[in-house]
Amino acid sequence: MATVSTNQFRPGLKILLDGEPCNILENQFVKPGKGQAFNKVRYRNLVTGRVLEKNFRSGDTVEAADVVETEMQYLYNDGELWHFMDPQTYEQHAAGEAAVGDSAKWIKEQDVCSVMLWNGQAISVTAPNFVNLQVTQTDPGLRGDTSSGGSKAATLETGAVIRVPLFIEEGDLLRVDTRTGDYVSRAKE
Amino acid sequence: MVAARPARTAGAAVAQAVDWRPSAPLSHLRRRAELAITVRAFFTARGVLEVETPLLAAATATDLHLASVRCRLEAPGAPGALWLQTSPELHMKRLLAAGSGAIFQLARAVRGGEAGPLHNPELTLLEWYRPGFDHHALMDEVEELLAATLGTGRAQRLSYGQLFADHLGVDAHHADSEQLAAVAGRQGLEVAGAPVEDRDTWLQLLMSGRIEPLLGRGRPTFVYDYPASQAALARLRAGEPPVAERFEVYVEGVELANGFHELADAAEQEGRFLADLAERRRRGLPEVPLDRRLLAALEHGLPDCAGVALGFDRLAMLATGASAIEEVLAFPVARA
Repeated sequence: MATVSTNQFRPGLKILLDGEPCNILENQFVKPGKGQAFNKVRYRNLVTGRVLEKNFRSGDTVEAADVVETEMQYLYNDGELWHFMDPQTYEQHAAGEAAVGDSAKWIKEQDVCSVMLWNGQAISVTAPNFVNLQVTQTDPGLRGDTSSGGSKAATLETGAVIRVPLFIEEGDLLRVDTRTGDYVSRAKE
Repeated sequence: MVAARPARTAGAAVAQAVDWRPSAPLSHLRRRAELAITVRAFFTARGVLEVETPLLAAATATDLHLASVRCRLEAPGAPGALWLQTSPELHMKRLLAAGSGAIFQLARAVRGGEAGPLHNPELTLLEWYRPGFDHHALMDEVEELLAATLGTGRAQRLSYGQLFADHLGVDAHHADSEQLAAVAGRQGLEVAGAPVEDRDTWLQLLMSGRIEPLLGRGRPTFVYDYPASQAALARLRAGEPPVAERFEVYVEGVELANGFHELADAAEQEGRFLADLAERRRRGLPEVPLDRRLLAALEHGLPDCAGVALGFDRLAMLATGASAIEEVLAFPVARA
């Protein structure tokens, strides 16, 4: 396994910490007047998604993490796992609930997602930034209230519940920002 | 002539992509030049002689935490390996032993592996030595220099032990490695990699991570009397606890200078060099040659003196309000 020295630390570098792949977010070199220098590193654990901070003794080496992010097509869910396919190689990868996380609320079969692989295993799935989803249930908006900026809840075909304007009706196709969970607009087929 | 046009266009594109311009605004470089004039006037008025010593030498610092850069001259008859100096200290002490009297230098130094908002591997040090001064007398003079260059007022002085007691409620001189690890844990400081065994690494982590950023706010802070284990080239003072007669100066959270009441005992100096070299071997760090010429000079006799090295680039940062060293260097290493 390749190792990297603290001198090579930079944001975006993937390293192995406590046996889990992490992405360096910030790296700061700090040194007291005399003595041991440290690299103060803020990083995201790519398995848990948690952001943590650790001090590395400058000059130490750590293992690099074999992490790649690939665009893959979502195929289907078998009740337990979500299955994806690399459109270049047709290779298939299955991702569990921990890896798919909130993205499960937004993705439909055939959507192209960004799948992060660590040693060939899917560890996280990011939904496309924008998806088009149909409204399966929403109460009728109150007539005459459309200009008030009011909103109501709507359930989408994936099961996600979002806030939508009052004029939205069941069967409408909506454009949704998956990063915030916000309604963007009505969409055309 | 028509053919020359595409070439010129390509040239212009390259000129845009290549960062040939200085990273510091010219106004900062002018301020930096004024600081050098102020510094020279300050020492000239006090009868301190300006000297110049080699950057390239046969020996170098043995300090475990300084990475000397090794070079080779290809000229016929040139010595084998040479080292870029991490400070002019070793040569300036030879001048003192030769009877130079008080001396100062604005010197270039090179320290491998040091890069960050406050570090460039090539730096400028203002280093000076005062025969007849101890570290307290030299702190007075540093305070006056800071007033002359930065316009700072009366400084605060705290011993290292007091500082740790005040900020972290721990006895820096007696707490063992486990107690210091517990303090670091409470402070949310985690160290990656192999478990930290030595006290000094914990102390240095706590110092740089939790104390330093608070020092020198509104007025300079001097920290003095360091643990004996962090003496470097400072004299030890016996007592309970024994301390190293060493000081550091902080201005607005920035470590600006490190000074010593200088160790003059040749045998003790050789012992510390040899201990460093043994520890370098143990840790697999590059071996560096022992400075026989310095030891011979100490043998001959170093006058009782105190000396200090002040980061001139950082002084320029403080004078200009820069937040990164690049803003006071014409060409930092990334575009040198």
